Amino acid sequence: MSEFSLKIDGKDVAASDDMTILEAAQSAGIAIPTVCHHEKLEPFGGCRLCTVEAEAGGRTSLVAACIYPAQKDMAVKTRTPQIDKIRKVLTEQLLAYAPESEVLRGLAREYHADKDRFPKEPSFCILCGLCVRYCAEVKQKSAVGFVERGPNREISFVPEIAAKECWDCKECFPLCPTSALQAAYVLTRSLTSFKSTAQPEAGKQAATNTVPQ
Amino acid sequence: MDSSVIERIIDKHHGEAGSLIQILLDIQNELRWLPGAALEMVAEKLQVPMSRIQHTVTFYKAFSLVPKGRHEINLCMGTACHVRGATRILEMIETVTGLQPGETDADMKFSLDTVNCLGCCAIGPVMEIDEQHLGKLVPDRTAALLKKYD
Repeated sequence: MSEFSLKIDGKDVAASDDMTILEAAQSAGIAIPTVCHHEKLEPFGGCRLCTVEAEAGGRTSLVAACIYPAQKDMAVKTRTPQIDKIRKVLTEQLLAYAPESEVLRGLAREYHADKDRFPKEPSFCILCGLCVRYCAEVKQKSAVGFVERGPNREISFVPEIAAKECWDCKECFPLCPTSALQAAYVLTRSLTSFKSTAQPEAGKQAATNTVPQ
Repeated sequence: MDSSVIERIIDKHHGEAGSLIQILLDIQNELRWLPGAALEMVAEKLQVPMSRIQHTVTFYKAFSLVPKGRHEINLCMGTACHVRGATRILEMIETVTGLQPGETDADMKFSLDTVNCLGCCAIGPVMEIDEQHLGKLVPDRTAALLKKYD
Protein backbone atom coordinates (compact mmCIF):
# COMPACT_ATOMS: atom_id res chain seq x y z
CA MET A 1 0.00 0.00 0.00
CA SER A 2 1.60 3.25 -1.08
CA GLU A 3 0.98 6.68 0.37
CA PHE A 4 0.72 9.69 -1.88
CA SER A 5 -0.92 13.05 -2.03
CA LEU A 6 -3.53 14.51 -4.32
CA LYS A 7 -5.22 17.87 -4.58
CA ILE A 8 -8.86 18.27 -3.63
CA ASP A 9 -10.27 21.77 -4.12
CA GLY A 10 -6.69 23.05 -4.22
CA LYS A 11 -5.83 21.47 -0.88
CA ASP A 12 -3.10 18.81 -0.56
CA VAL A 13 -4.63 15.63 0.83
CA ALA A 14 -2.74 12.50 1.88
CA ALA A 15 -4.23 9.23 0.62
CA SER A 16 -3.33 5.61 -0.03
CA ASP A 17 -4.21 3.53 -3.06
CA ASP A 18 -6.98 1.62 -1.30
CA MET A 19 -8.92 4.84 -0.74
CA THR A 20 -11.65 6.32 -2.88
CA ILE A 21 -11.81 10.03 -3.67
CA LEU A 22 -14.68 10.32 -1.20
CA GLU A 23 -12.69 8.74 1.62
CA ALA A 24 -9.70 10.97 0.89
CA ALA A 25 -11.94 14.05 0.90
CA GLN A 26 -13.65 13.04 4.13
CA SER A 27 -10.29 12.47 5.85
CA ALA A 28 -9.40 16.06 4.97
CA GLY A 29 -12.75 17.39 6.17
CA ILE A 30 -14.01 18.21 2.67
CA ALA A 31 -17.73 17.47 2.32
CA ILE A 32 -19.10 15.68 -0.76
CA PRO A 33 -22.86 15.02 -0.74
CA THR A 34 -23.94 11.37 -0.81
CA VAL A 35 -27.22 9.51 -0.50
CA CYS A 36 -26.36 5.86 -1.16
CA HIS A 37 -23.03 5.83 0.68
CA HIS A 38 -22.51 4.22 4.09
CA GLU A 39 -19.12 3.73 5.69
CA LYS A 40 -19.84 0.16 6.80
CA LEU A 41 -20.90 -0.93 3.31
CA GLU A 42 -19.13 -1.62 0.06
CA PRO A 43 -19.26 1.35 -2.33
CA PHE A 44 -22.37 1.22 -4.52
CA GLY A 45 -22.27 4.21 -6.86
CA GLY A 46 -26.05 4.31 -7.17
CA CYS A 47 -27.12 7.89 -6.56
CA ARG A 48 -24.28 9.69 -8.41
CA LEU A 49 -24.72 12.76 -6.19
CA CYS A 50 -21.06 12.46 -5.22
CA THR A 51 -20.02 13.22 -8.80
CA VAL A 52 -16.79 15.27 -8.86
CA GLU A 53 -14.43 16.52 -11.51
CA ALA A 54 -11.18 14.55 -11.44
CA GLU A 55 -8.11 15.48 -13.45
CA ALA A 56 -5.40 12.84 -13.83
CA GLY A 57 -2.74 12.51 -16.53
CA GLY A 58 -3.99 15.62 -18.31
CA ARG A 59 -7.54 14.32 -18.67
CA THR A 60 -10.57 15.69 -16.88
CA SER A 61 -13.54 13.49 -16.27
CA LEU A 62 -16.66 13.43 -14.14
CA VAL A 63 -16.54 10.47 -11.77
CA ALA A 64 -18.52 9.17 -8.80
CA ALA A 65 -16.27 9.96 -5.82
CA CYS A 66 -17.58 7.06 -3.72
CA ILE A 67 -16.33 4.39 -6.14
CA TYR A 68 -13.43 6.10 -7.93
CA PRO A 69 -10.00 5.25 -6.48
CA ALA A 70 -7.80 8.13 -5.42
CA GLN A 71 -4.68 8.43 -7.58
CA LYS A 72 -1.32 10.09 -7.18
CA ASP A 73 -1.18 13.70 -8.39
CA MET A 74 -4.87 13.73 -9.18
CA ALA A 75 -6.59 17.11 -9.00
CA VAL A 76 -10.20 16.93 -7.82
CA LYS A 77 -12.78 19.72 -7.82
CA THR A 78 -15.89 19.08 -5.73
CA ARG A 79 -17.84 22.23 -6.67
CA THR A 80 -17.99 23.61 -10.19
CA PRO A 81 -20.97 25.08 -12.03
CA GLN A 82 -21.18 21.85 -14.07
CA ILE A 83 -21.17 19.61 -11.00
CA ASP A 84 -23.73 21.82 -9.25
CA LYS A 85 -25.99 21.47 -12.25
CA ILE A 86 -25.66 17.67 -12.28
CA ARG A 87 -26.47 17.49 -8.56
CA LYS A 88 -29.40 19.87 -9.04
CA VAL A 89 -31.00 17.70 -11.73
CA LEU A 90 -30.32 14.46 -9.83
CA THR A 91 -31.94 15.94 -6.74
CA GLU A 92 -34.94 17.07 -8.76
CA GLN A 93 -35.35 13.56 -10.18
CA LEU A 94 -35.06 11.90 -6.77
CA LEU A 95 -37.57 14.38 -5.33
CA ALA A 96 -40.13 13.12 -7.85
CA TYR A 97 -40.02 9.78 -6.00
CA ALA A 98 -39.66 11.04 -2.45
CA PRO A 99 -40.97 14.62 -2.21
CA GLU A 100 -40.97 14.66 1.60
CA SER A 101 -37.47 13.33 2.20
CA GLU A 102 -35.52 15.61 4.55
CA VAL A 103 -32.17 14.52 3.08
CA LEU A 104 -33.28 15.46 -0.42
CA ARG A 105 -34.88 18.72 0.67
CA GLY A 106 -31.57 19.73 2.25
CA LEU A 107 -29.80 18.99 -1.02
CA ALA A 108 -32.46 20.91 -2.92
CA ARG A 109 -31.76 24.02 -0.82
CA GLU A 110 -28.02 23.64 -1.33
CA TYR A 111 -28.19 23.19 -5.11
CA HIS A 112 -31.25 25.35 -5.84
CA ALA A 113 -33.24 22.37 -7.10
CA ASP A 114 -36.90 22.85 -7.97
CA LYS A 115 -38.80 20.14 -6.08
CA ASP A 116 -41.72 20.33 -8.51
CA ARG A 117 -39.74 20.15 -11.72
CA PHE A 118 -40.69 16.56 -12.56
CA PRO A 119 -44.14 15.00 -12.23
CA LYS A 120 -44.50 13.24 -8.89
CA GLU A 121 -44.26 9.46 -8.76
CA PRO A 122 -44.21 9.02 -5.02
CA SER A 123 -42.93 5.48 -4.53
CA PHE A 124 -41.05 6.89 -1.51
CA CYS A 125 -38.11 4.72 -2.50
CA ILE A 126 -35.12 6.09 -4.40
CA LEU A 127 -33.50 2.64 -4.70
CA CYS A 128 -30.33 3.70 -2.87
CA GLY A 129 -30.01 0.09 -1.72
CA LEU A 130 -28.88 1.03 1.80
CA CYS A 131 -31.36 -1.36 3.47
CA VAL A 132 -30.67 -4.13 0.96
CA ARG A 133 -26.91 -3.86 1.29
CA TYR A 134 -26.94 -3.37 5.06
CA CYS A 135 -29.03 -6.52 5.51
CA ALA A 136 -26.78 -8.54 3.19
CA GLU A 137 -23.35 -7.21 4.19
CA VAL A 138 -23.58 -6.27 7.85
CA LYS A 139 -26.38 -8.47 9.16
CA GLN A 140 -25.87 -11.22 6.52
CA LYS A 141 -29.58 -12.06 6.58
CA SER A 142 -30.71 -10.80 3.17
CA ALA A 143 -34.25 -10.33 4.42
CA VAL A 144 -34.80 -7.49 1.97
CA GLY A 145 -33.84 -7.33 -1.70
CA PHE A 146 -34.58 -5.70 -5.01
CA VAL A 147 -37.23 -7.17 -7.31
CA GLU A 148 -38.27 -6.41 -10.89
CA ARG A 149 -36.28 -4.07 -13.09
CA GLY A 150 -36.25 -0.69 -14.76
CA PRO A 151 -39.19 1.55 -13.81
CA ASN A 152 -40.82 -1.31 -11.87
CA ARG A 153 -37.82 -1.95 -9.62
CA GLU A 154 -38.61 -1.89 -5.91
CA ILE A 155 -37.51 -3.32 -2.60
CA SER A 156 -39.23 -6.36 -1.18
CA PHE A 157 -38.90 -8.32 2.04
CA VAL A 158 -38.70 -12.10 1.83
CA PRO A 159 -41.59 -12.98 4.17
CA GLU A 160 -40.03 -16.23 5.45
CA ILE A 161 -36.82 -14.49 6.53
CA ALA A 162 -38.48 -11.24 7.59
CA ALA A 163 -40.85 -13.06 9.94
CA LYS A 164 -37.87 -14.60 11.74
CA GLU A 165 -35.25 -11.86 11.70
CA CYS A 166 -36.78 -8.41 11.38
CA TRP A 167 -38.69 -8.09 14.69
CA ASP A 168 -35.58 -7.69 16.79
CA CYS A 169 -33.38 -5.93 14.25
CA LYS A 170 -34.92 -3.05 12.29
CA GLU A 171 -31.42 -1.60 11.97
CA CYS A 172 -32.11 -0.68 8.37
CA PHE A 173 -34.93 1.71 9.34
CA PRO A 174 -32.83 4.71 10.35
CA LEU A 175 -30.63 4.27 7.27
CA CYS A 176 -33.48 5.02 4.86
CA PRO A 177 -33.12 8.52 3.40
CA THR A 178 -36.85 8.75 2.63
CA SER A 179 -38.51 6.73 5.44
CA ALA A 180 -40.07 4.55 2.72
CA LEU A 181 -38.76 1.40 4.28
CA GLN A 182 -41.13 1.64 7.21
CA ALA A 183 -44.05 1.62 4.82
CA ALA A 184 -42.72 -1.40 2.97
CA TYR A 185 -42.06 -3.15 6.23
CA VAL A 186 -45.54 -2.52 7.55
CA LEU A 187 -46.96 -3.85 4.31
CA THR A 188 -44.96 -7.05 4.53
CA ARG A 189 -45.89 -7.48 8.16
CA SER A 190 -49.54 -7.17 7.33
CA LEU A 191 -49.08 -9.84 4.67
CA THR A 192 -47.27 -12.24 6.97
CA SER A 193 -48.87 -11.57 10.34
CA PHE A 194 -51.94 -13.66 9.65
CA LYS A 195 -49.64 -16.60 8.95
CA SER A 196 -47.31 -16.25 11.92
CA THR A 197 -49.16 -16.85 15.16
CA ALA A 198 -45.90 -17.40 17.02
CA GLN A 199 -45.40 -13.92 18.47
CA PRO A 200 -48.66 -12.01 18.55
CA GLU A 201 -47.38 -9.71 21.33
CA ALA A 202 -44.22 -8.78 19.44
CA GLY A 203 -46.32 -8.15 16.35
CA LYS A 204 -48.60 -5.78 18.21
CA GLN A 205 -45.68 -3.90 19.67
CA ALA A 206 -43.98 -3.58 16.31
CA ALA A 207 -47.15 -2.16 14.82
CA THR A 208 -47.08 0.81 17.16
CA ASN A 209 -43.37 1.40 16.53
CA THR A 210 -43.38 1.35 12.78
CA VAL A 211 -46.03 3.80 11.70
CA PRO A 212 -44.41 5.79 8.87
CA GLN A 213 -43.96 9.49 9.54
CA MET B 1 -42.98 -31.06 -8.37
CA ASP B 2 -40.35 -33.76 -8.68
CA SER B 3 -37.44 -32.70 -6.49
CA SER B 4 -35.07 -35.20 -8.14
CA VAL B 5 -35.25 -33.09 -11.31
CA ILE B 6 -34.05 -30.04 -9.43
CA GLU B 7 -31.33 -32.06 -7.68
CA ARG B 8 -30.07 -33.44 -10.98
CA ILE B 9 -29.86 -29.96 -12.49
CA ILE B 10 -28.03 -28.56 -9.46
CA ASP B 11 -25.58 -31.48 -9.51
CA LYS B 12 -24.94 -30.95 -13.21
CA HIS B 13 -23.65 -27.47 -12.34
CA HIS B 14 -21.71 -28.79 -9.29
CA GLY B 15 -23.91 -26.72 -6.97
CA GLU B 16 -21.90 -23.58 -7.64
CA ALA B 17 -23.48 -20.27 -6.64
CA GLY B 18 -21.92 -18.71 -9.74
CA SER B 19 -24.08 -20.95 -11.93
CA LEU B 20 -27.32 -19.62 -10.43
CA ILE B 21 -28.71 -18.26 -13.70
CA GLN B 22 -27.79 -21.41 -15.67
CA ILE B 23 -29.45 -23.59 -13.03
CA LEU B 24 -32.59 -21.45 -13.05
CA LEU B 25 -32.68 -21.53 -16.85
CA ASP B 26 -32.41 -25.34 -16.86
CA ILE B 27 -35.24 -25.61 -14.33
CA GLN B 28 -37.30 -23.17 -16.38
CA ASN B 29 -36.71 -25.28 -19.52
CA GLU B 30 -37.56 -28.51 -17.73
CA LEU B 31 -40.70 -27.41 -15.84
CA ARG B 32 -41.63 -24.38 -17.99
CA TRP B 33 -41.82 -22.27 -14.81
CA LEU B 34 -40.06 -21.77 -11.48
CA PRO B 35 -42.14 -23.06 -8.57
CA GLY B 36 -41.45 -21.53 -5.15
CA ALA B 37 -40.39 -24.90 -3.75
CA ALA B 38 -37.76 -25.22 -6.51
CA LEU B 39 -36.37 -21.77 -5.69
CA GLU B 40 -36.15 -22.71 -2.02
CA MET B 41 -34.20 -25.86 -2.92
CA VAL B 42 -31.83 -23.85 -5.11
CA ALA B 43 -31.34 -21.27 -2.35
CA GLU B 44 -30.50 -23.95 0.18
CA LYS B 45 -28.19 -26.05 -2.02
CA LEU B 46 -26.31 -23.09 -3.49
CA GLN B 47 -26.26 -21.10 -0.26
CA VAL B 48 -27.61 -18.09 -2.12
CA PRO B 49 -30.01 -15.76 -0.24
CA MET B 50 -33.64 -15.98 -1.34
CA SER B 51 -33.72 -12.20 -1.88
CA ARG B 52 -30.98 -12.53 -4.50
CA ILE B 53 -32.85 -15.32 -6.28
CA GLN B 54 -36.01 -13.19 -6.30
CA HIS B 55 -33.97 -10.29 -7.68
CA THR B 56 -32.64 -12.51 -10.48
CA VAL B 57 -35.86 -14.25 -11.47
CA THR B 58 -37.86 -11.01 -11.55
CA PHE B 59 -35.12 -9.25 -13.54
CA TYR B 60 -34.93 -11.60 -16.53
CA LYS B 61 -37.98 -12.10 -18.72
CA ALA B 62 -36.83 -15.63 -19.53
CA PHE B 63 -37.98 -16.72 -16.08
CA SER B 64 -41.59 -17.23 -15.13
CA LEU B 65 -43.00 -17.46 -11.60
CA VAL B 66 -46.34 -18.71 -12.93
CA PRO B 67 -46.93 -21.94 -14.90
CA LYS B 68 -46.72 -21.58 -18.68
CA GLY B 69 -48.85 -23.39 -21.23
CA ARG B 70 -47.66 -26.31 -23.37
CA HIS B 71 -47.02 -23.96 -26.29
CA GLU B 72 -45.40 -20.59 -25.72
CA ILE B 73 -46.25 -17.97 -28.33
CA ASN B 74 -43.87 -15.03 -28.61
CA LEU B 75 -45.21 -12.51 -31.07
CA CYS B 76 -42.74 -9.92 -32.32
CA MET B 77 -43.88 -6.31 -31.97
CA GLY B 78 -40.56 -4.81 -33.13
CA THR B 79 -40.45 -1.89 -35.55
CA ALA B 80 -40.24 -3.95 -38.75
CA CYS B 81 -42.98 -6.36 -37.68
CA HIS B 82 -45.09 -3.48 -36.41
CA VAL B 83 -45.11 -1.66 -39.75
CA ARG B 84 -45.91 -4.95 -41.49
CA GLY B 85 -49.03 -5.43 -39.40
CA ALA B 86 -48.06 -7.24 -36.19
CA THR B 87 -50.96 -5.49 -34.43
CA ARG B 88 -53.47 -7.27 -36.66
CA ILE B 89 -51.70 -10.61 -36.06
CA LEU B 90 -51.95 -9.94 -32.32
CA GLU B 91 -55.67 -9.24 -32.62
CA MET B 92 -56.12 -12.50 -34.50
CA ILE B 93 -54.18 -14.52 -31.90
CA GLU B 94 -56.20 -12.85 -29.14
CA THR B 95 -59.43 -13.79 -30.91
CA VAL B 96 -58.42 -17.41 -31.56
CA THR B 97 -56.89 -18.15 -28.16
CA GLY B 98 -58.88 -15.71 -26.03
CA LEU B 99 -55.65 -14.58 -24.37
CA GLN B 100 -54.13 -11.18 -23.71
CA PRO B 101 -50.32 -10.85 -23.76
CA GLY B 102 -48.87 -12.26 -20.53
CA GLU B 103 -51.71 -14.74 -20.01
CA THR B 104 -52.00 -18.53 -20.09
CA ASP B 105 -55.28 -20.30 -20.79
CA ALA B 106 -57.02 -22.48 -18.22
CA ASP B 107 -56.26 -25.81 -19.95
CA MET B 108 -52.57 -24.82 -20.19
CA LYS B 109 -52.52 -24.98 -23.98
CA PHE B 110 -51.08 -21.60 -24.96
CA SER B 111 -49.15 -18.82 -23.26
CA LEU B 112 -49.09 -15.56 -25.16
CA ASP B 113 -46.37 -12.94 -24.85
CA THR B 114 -45.22 -10.08 -27.00
CA VAL B 115 -41.51 -9.42 -27.50
CA ASN B 116 -39.72 -6.41 -28.88
CA CYS B 117 -37.58 -8.01 -31.58
CA LEU B 118 -36.88 -11.61 -32.51
CA GLY B 119 -33.99 -10.51 -34.71
CA CYS B 120 -35.30 -11.82 -38.04
CA CYS B 121 -36.95 -8.68 -39.35
CA ALA B 122 -36.68 -9.86 -43.00
CA ILE B 123 -39.46 -12.42 -42.45
CA GLY B 124 -41.71 -10.14 -40.39
CA PRO B 125 -44.33 -10.13 -39.08
CA VAL B 126 -42.97 -13.09 -37.18
CA MET B 127 -43.93 -15.15 -34.17
CA GLU B 128 -42.19 -17.90 -32.29
CA ILE B 129 -44.07 -20.96 -31.08
CA ASP B 130 -42.07 -23.49 -29.05
CA GLU B 131 -38.83 -21.97 -30.37
CA GLN B 132 -39.92 -22.43 -33.98
CA HIS B 133 -40.01 -19.22 -36.02
CA LEU B 134 -43.07 -18.63 -38.20
CA GLY B 135 -42.64 -15.72 -40.58
CA LYS B 136 -44.48 -13.63 -43.20
CA LEU B 137 -47.67 -13.96 -41.18
CA VAL B 138 -51.06 -12.79 -42.31
CA PRO B 139 -54.07 -12.97 -39.98
CA ASP B 140 -55.84 -15.82 -41.84
CA ARG B 141 -52.79 -18.07 -41.97
CA THR B 142 -52.00 -17.29 -38.31
CA ALA B 143 -55.40 -18.59 -37.27
CA ALA B 144 -54.88 -21.76 -39.35
CA LEU B 145 -51.40 -22.27 -37.85
CA LEU B 146 -52.71 -22.01 -34.29
CA LYS B 147 -55.33 -24.70 -34.95
CA LYS B 148 -52.55 -27.25 -35.58
CA TYR B 149 -51.46 -27.18 -31.93
CA ASP B 150 -53.13 -29.21 -29.25
